[in-house]
Amino acid sequence: MSIFEAILLTVITASTPLVIAALGELVAERSGVLNLGVEGMMIMGAVAAFAGAQISGSPYVGIVCGIAAGALFSLLFAFLTLTLVANQVATGLALTLLGLGASGMLGEAYVGMPGIRLGEIVIPVLSDLPVVGHVLFRQDLIFYLSIALVVGVSWFLFRSRTGLKLRAIGDNHGSAHALGIHVIRTRYLAVMFGGACAGLAGAQLSLVYTPQWAENMSAGRGWITLALVVFASWRPWRVFAGGYLFGAVTILQLHAQAFGLGIPSQFLSMLPYAATIVVLIIISHNRRTTLINTPASLGKAFVPER
Amino acid sequence: MRIELEKRPDVSKLFAFVSPLLALVLTLVFGAIMFAMLGKDPIAALDAFFVEPLLEVWSLHELAIKAAPLILIAVGLAICYRSNNWNIGAEGQFTIGAITGSYLPIVFYDWHSPLVLPLMLILGALGGALFAAIPALLKAHFNTNEILTSLMLVYIAQLFLDWLIRGAWRDPKGFNFPVSRDFAPEAVLPAIWEESGRAHWAFIFAIIAAIGVWFMMRYTLKGFEIVVLGQSERAGRFAGFSSKKMIWFSFLFSGALAGFAGIAEVSGSIGHLQPAISPGYGFTAIIVAFLGRLNPLGIIASGLVLALTYLGGEAAQLSLGVSDKVTRVFQGLLLFFVLSCDTLIYYKIRIVWSRLRGRVA
Repeated sequence: MSIFEAILLTVITASTPLVIAALGELVAERSGVLNLGVEGMMIMGAVAAFAGAQISGSPYVGIVCGIAAGALFSLLFAFLTLTLVANQVATGLALTLLGLGASGMLGEAYVGMPGIRLGEIVIPVLSDLPVVGHVLFRQDLIFYLSIALVVGVSWFLFRSRTGLKLRAIGDNHGSAHALGIHVIRTRYLAVMFGGACAGLAGAQLSLVYTPQWAENMSAGRGWITLALVVFASWRPWRVFAGGYLFGAVTILQLHAQAFGLGIPSQFLSMLPYAATIVVLIIISHNRRTTLINTPASLGKAFVPER
Repeated sequence: MRIELEKRPDVSKLFAFVSPLLALVLTLVFGAIMFAMLGKDPIAALDAFFVEPLLEVWSLHELAIKAAPLILIAVGLAICYRSNNWNIGAEGQFTIGAITGSYLPIVFYDWHSPLVLPLMLILGALGGALFAAIPALLKAHFNTNEILTSLMLVYIAQLFLDWLIRGAWRDPKGFNFPVSRDFAPEAVLPAIWEESGRAHWAFIFAIIAAIGVWFMMRYTLKGFEIVVLGQSERAGRFAGFSSKKMIWFSFLFSGALAGFAGIAEVSGSIGHLQPAISPGYGFTAIIVAFLGRLNPLGIIASGLVLALTYLGGEAAQLSLGVSDKVTRVFQGLLLFFVLSCDTLIYYKIRIVWSRLRGRVA
């Protein structure tokens, strides 16, 4: 395997959780719900996946546990913001704080334990291709899922009837309600899809990225995910591209450390966060295009008139 | 079963007062359930967590020490949140304040003067304000989401501190541990009442700040401006208030308080710089602000409550053998219940058992 292939592989591993979690958040935001709890749902997914894999001995059970944990945890958020119309920003923060605490508590027994790595699935014939064969077709299940999700979410939002309804709710929940679309029910499902995706992204962290459990191992990725959705102006394929851009920045930082450029490691570690800020500035700078792309009901509570 | 909300004609004064208390009770009930699931006697556990730390004088001092940064930061955040500016990065402003304030006692170690301490506190507040100016500038001029930028800056601040402590500011006599020199005595924030415990002046400053901001919110035009712009930017514009200036004001003000809290904590409680200077005060202060109804006087009370969760967490670790992460779980639960109970202020909640009601009506 060449160095180029090796770097490409690490970029993919770093990008996959970002892409998956951002796709989930994108669907939730398209329905008009701003869930700032991605970091919390992700870390809950990570600890649940690790625990599930340890107890059952199978990383695939771990993946299922991660997804379930993320989805269930997001239900808390959905209940507060959709049923009780609590402030979405504050509730999302609460979800993150609770997730970081609860995962730390639940995962205490697993700290330092050797993890179970999710194996790769080799696709016959295609995996024999030069360069791309090794990089793209000898991957773990979660990578394949991430690609399927990009295609699936893109198709769902722009080609399916339910997707059209979901976007309608995000753009004007009042009119959608008047047309007889179930605003609250759809939003519940969208939030839970977001939670499931964040959980899956967490599972990738504790089963693939670094197969072990460490407190706060999500390290702000959930927040970067949120920026990614803005960066992608709420479009799935741009989430994919953006996710890989951010993944590349993360890996660049690691390799730069290895090459010993004479820049202190702490400054290189700042790169992903600094890049997020720079990207946000560039994207938000043009007020008109952001306004056009943002779902108009984003972050606004909906109380049906009775 | 379905839950229906009906808007109250007026904001309920009763529930505005009762809802945080209700949230506290619910948190305790869930805490008891959690302890029971961990195999501990719930009553004894809650007693060890929330009551015993209040029974000794030295422990009350510790409570004041932990409450001081929470109150200072939360009072600033309340201004932000009231004016609809979501500063989530107080933890970073706290860290930078600690760094800028420590400049004098670390770099000019040999300069002994009664001026050192006041200058340190001013530098700390300035550092915090300058760091908060970044998200303010980006929001005011580039329309950038302040939640994300202020939060990314937390990670940057912590890495910067780490670099300083392992590099230029490392104590040459520190056996290679990542700590700075110990502050000289005149750079240490004095204790309030030395005979009985460690509590230092930061607590007094916190109370002064809370009362000052309460006065500003209630009796000055600035306070009115904050509330109007927070409730409706349009209405504020018609009244001639500038939302851009409010972005600057709220961020600089809250950043200064967070930075002040940072240097006060380092100078009063820790005595030197080290990689970890805060058990998440900047984030917990968000809970303090909401539990205190974004009201500075309420924040004094809620700051003490959240400080108790830190103390209780330490106590529970020792006496019950429970993980100190319990603290974070309690804090998260509390914020959840505060937010859900707040619904009662604006809405009547009806639980509908029958599925038919909608069709009959």
